[in-house]
Amino acid sequence: MRHLLIFVAGVLFSAGLMISGMINPAKVIGFLDIFGNWDPSLAFVMGGAVCIYALGLRFVLKRPKPLYADRFSLPTRADIDKELVGGAILFGFGWGLAGFCPGPAIAALGVAPGQALIFVATMLAGMYVARLVLRHQASGARSAASPDSRK
Amino acid sequence: MHDYLSAALGGALIGIAGLFVMMVQGKIMGISGILSRLLPPADDDWAWRALFATGVIVTPIAWWGLSGSSPTIEITAGAPLLALAGGIVGVGTVIGNGCTSGHGVCGVSRLSPRSLVATGLFMTSAIVTVAAKTHLWGG
Repeated sequence: MRHLLIFVAGVLFSAGLMISGMINPAKVIGFLDIFGNWDPSLAFVMGGAVCIYALGLRFVLKRPKPLYADRFSLPTRADIDKELVGGAILFGFGWGLAGFCPGPAIAALGVAPGQALIFVATMLAGMYVARLVLRHQASGARSAASPDSRK
Repeated sequence: MHDYLSAALGGALIGIAGLFVMMVQGKIMGISGILSRLLPPADDDWAWRALFATGVIVTPIAWWGLSGSSPTIEITAGAPLLALAGGIVGVGTVIGNGCTSGHGVCGVSRLSPRSLVATGLFMTSAIVTVAAKTHLWGG
């Protein structure tokens, strides 16, 4: 049942991308092109999603725990560090270049494989390398801090 | 259907999907995190991520099969630009800890300061990129 529900979540997400037009890079670029021939419609995607999620979350989080996990894993960090800033700017740059963000790119894999596959392949490679570097930095920072227990 | 209405309806479905993930698994629905954590070294929590990603990938194919028409996907970028953009999106979303779904939908809904900042930054950066690309370099 748990597996079915999560699969259905993926189906709903993907259907949302298709119905809204978010799956179409040309439409996304039209939305981002506020200084040109601006197509504001995709603002309603985020608007609709945020309204439903914000409202629904109040009810979901009233439960003592999720259906199939021990607890709700909600991010608690509130610090704005340089990784967040640099990463977000970098992501926006890549998003604007082709009109694909990660969700629409994998949704497009089956219906526009030639192009989506190129994007998804380098995206996964980028993710892999970035995780490797971050992991390496974290372990480096730990071992540098351990000898004299500096934080 | 009017563009604004279908956009809001699609957005609502995305919101419901996010609620499913929180209700079932207790996790934020962030696509970049779901995908990057499926890469080696994957953690033991990979099964739900793989199932979610499978649902996302097969739905447009099923839609195509059932309706007989593929969803509209127009990609103007050529292969080199797609490859470059993909790499940048991959690195940026891992370093910045999220993308349009995790920060832009789930985080903004929770008024998370990190997600509000990230969303403002990636929207601005994407808008500037498109403006520079289409108006300075002529697309």
